[in-house]
Amino acid sequence: MSRKLQFDQIRLPPECDALRQEVRAFLADEIAQGTFDPHRPGHGDSHDRTFSKRIGAKGWIGMTWSKKYGGHERSFLERYVVTEEFRVANAPVRSHFVADRQSGPILLKYAPEHVKVNILPRICRGELCFVIGMSEPGSGSDLFAVKTKATKVDKGWRINGSKIWTSNAHIADYMIALFRTSPPTNENRRHGLTQFLVDMKTRGIKVNPIYHMSGQHDFNEVVFEDVFVPDDHVLGEIDGAWKQATSELAYERSGPERFLETFYLMLELIRAVGSEPDTRSAEGLGRLVAQLHTLRRMSVSVAGMLQAGKEPVVEAAIVKDLGTIWEQNLPNRVRELTAFVPPEIANRVTLEEQLAFATTIAPKLTIQGGTTEILRGIIARGLGLR
Amino acid sequence: MAISGAANGPNWIKRTENSPDTIASSVIADPLETSFDVIKEGRLIRHIVGLPSLLLHPTMALCEWSQGNERTPIVTNDSDHIVTESAARIFADLADPQTINRLDNGAWKAPFWQALSDAGLPLAWVPERLGGAGATLAEGFAVLGVAGRFAVAVPLAETLLAGWLLTRAGVAAPNGSMTIAPSRPSDRIIFDNDGTLSGSVIGIPFAAEAQHIAVLAHGEEGVVVALVAASDCTICEGRTLAGDPSNIVRFQRVKPLRYARAPLGLDYTALMLMGSVSRSVQTAGALESILSLSVSYANERVAFERPIGKFQAVQHNLARLAGETAIALAASGSAASTIGQSDSFDETEFFEGASAKIRCAEAATDGAAIAHQVFGAIGFTKEHILHRFTLRILAWRDDFGSESYWAAELGRHVAQEGADEFWPMVASR
Repeated sequence: MSRKLQFDQIRLPPECDALRQEVRAFLADEIAQGTFDPHRPGHGDSHDRTFSKRIGAKGWIGMTWSKKYGGHERSFLERYVVTEEFRVANAPVRSHFVADRQSGPILLKYAPEHVKVNILPRICRGELCFVIGMSEPGSGSDLFAVKTKATKVDKGWRINGSKIWTSNAHIADYMIALFRTSPPTNENRRHGLTQFLVDMKTRGIKVNPIYHMSGQHDFNEVVFEDVFVPDDHVLGEIDGAWKQATSELAYERSGPERFLETFYLMLELIRAVGSEPDTRSAEGLGRLVAQLHTLRRMSVSVAGMLQAGKEPVVEAAIVKDLGTIWEQNLPNRVRELTAFVPPEIANRVTLEEQLAFATTIAPKLTIQGGTTEILRGIIARGLGLR
Repeated sequence: MAISGAANGPNWIKRTENSPDTIASSVIADPLETSFDVIKEGRLIRHIVGLPSLLLHPTMALCEWSQGNERTPIVTNDSDHIVTESAARIFADLADPQTINRLDNGAWKAPFWQALSDAGLPLAWVPERLGGAGATLAEGFAVLGVAGRFAVAVPLAETLLAGWLLTRAGVAAPNGSMTIAPSRPSDRIIFDNDGTLSGSVIGIPFAAEAQHIAVLAHGEEGVVVALVAASDCTICEGRTLAGDPSNIVRFQRVKPLRYARAPLGLDYTALMLMGSVSRSVQTAGALESILSLSVSYANERVAFERPIGKFQAVQHNLARLAGETAIALAASGSAASTIGQSDSFDETEFFEGASAKIRCAEAATDGAAIAHQVFGAIGFTKEHILHRFTLRILAWRDDFGSESYWAAELGRHVAQEGADEFWPMVASR
């Protein structure tokens, strides 16, 4: 085995407590004003941009970034607290979350200074929505099969092809996309891909909706026809994007959003079984509680190790593998554990509505952001196999 | 000053203050002396804060630091911990799973136990003033993690727990091996007005091998902690899945050697939690070894003209095994650090301890099954060492409350507190 698995016993530092209370108060206020209903996931406007702007005004977007770019120079652990409180409350964060988690950090690392100064402060104010352009009709988990082509032209690049399964493309201002700038070489099939920042208002971009089986509009197909992207929107090394992709993944994979997606069911389960559950319900609930607690401890640990400058790539992949399977299976467990709960219980309607919603969105949880199969390949490699 | 005494060269342990001329025994005169420089070939190689009696026993110093020792450290934790490294060295030298699996007798046990005792490990949780090593709870849990990695088949965890139980009540701990009773949540022993103990308890680990039993008993005036000679009890033959003693113990008006009232907060739940966290830490350690053995085997074993570790189906099984190992490490580590930093057993300790036992037992079930699948037929033979680990982690599930028991307890607690209290409870950890 190449190395030992490591989960440092990180506890959130005391300064997080005050922040957590502040976030809870803010969310309680928003709920009271009717911005969203914490009991009804998937209802209402999940990409409420005015809400995102209020979150930005609180300083909770781009929390860890430099103040120079509108950030707040707070720790990853503080960001962790904000992220988990928003998830647990079912607050609509779609409009800014991708930019906050992924796109902003990529720009911070690879964008030219004037682009950073222009875009990052607007992300922090909750004004911008980002979309990730990776998958294509012939390229899903196998990213290196990307074919959408960027051809060098005067002062920039001309893009032709299409991206698919692009969440939020229909509401997004910018895409961070992976395009082919050179063919792969015999020695390195990962060669030849470049990351670009694309303004979604550019002429030649067409966004076609693809509806989820849950009825949600999240996915799109994005078609590029002779779309011009200027030279200063190239992110990082030309033909070398594969080197850039992997280092960010630990952040993307281990966050609380990787096991809290169906959390509302835990609360509804507790309400359903009541304060004096029978042994079957109590045992089932207890196991779920222990599982959730352990996942969170692992996730906090990875966040702390990242904050300390470590690279827990395998641990992060393990957190996402275990976390997404857990949140995916939660509707099934809750359904079983409430099977004998009398239907007149007050929360029954809410519970069934939630179960229906969670069951229809469950399949995506182990696909998005790296499938179970890809994650297990990463873990296996980390173990010294392959 | 550098200490001399090694047969094959100089020693390298130097006390920073009050250095004695030689170190001749495992008990250091000055218990406050807890800081050391380790010097190798004239160079300071590390500064250690730790426990003298655990650190400075000469045989351990020799094992650990003798010149030209090329063996790679067994413990590769980030926390550069000499207590666990020293423990690991003793386990590797005297209780290597491969070696003892070949022996069909217990001849290895006596010298092994002697080395553990010389190093102060069995009484690690006994304060120095009561004759122990005065290790912190965290250090003791760390040693148990390493013991799990070696699937140690002597009552080390049990003696640690017994020493902890006795001395929390101010009862001095004897030398030699001990166990604790009860070890199942529903079992009770009665402390009668005449000062004797009565009752029957099941599943007492290593009762047939231990010299003494530390007992938590119910008296008319509350909970009592008592030390009993094992020979004063009736101990029935019994074994765990792994072949370790696990006995029904009958107390028939047994007169304790000594006893005391338990301090406030030291009750059955506290004992079960302490035992559960110990078993969880051991399970996590054993799973680390199971994972390591399984990965090595998958890289070596050739089938269909390539190592089976090249097959995706096998890789994915091993990735799942890594997940189960990670769960056990995280859950047990979280609980051990919580209890290690606390002086009481309240809601937080219950939440962490119960979760650890639930998750480690679940990980044992799934992890053992995956490992056996990877190893195929040879994995379930007596001659292979895999069973030393898998059967122990499966057996440990039942000690100090099974995962089902703790899950029901935890579930009832969460239900009682209600939905609105649930997330704050999780987030507070």
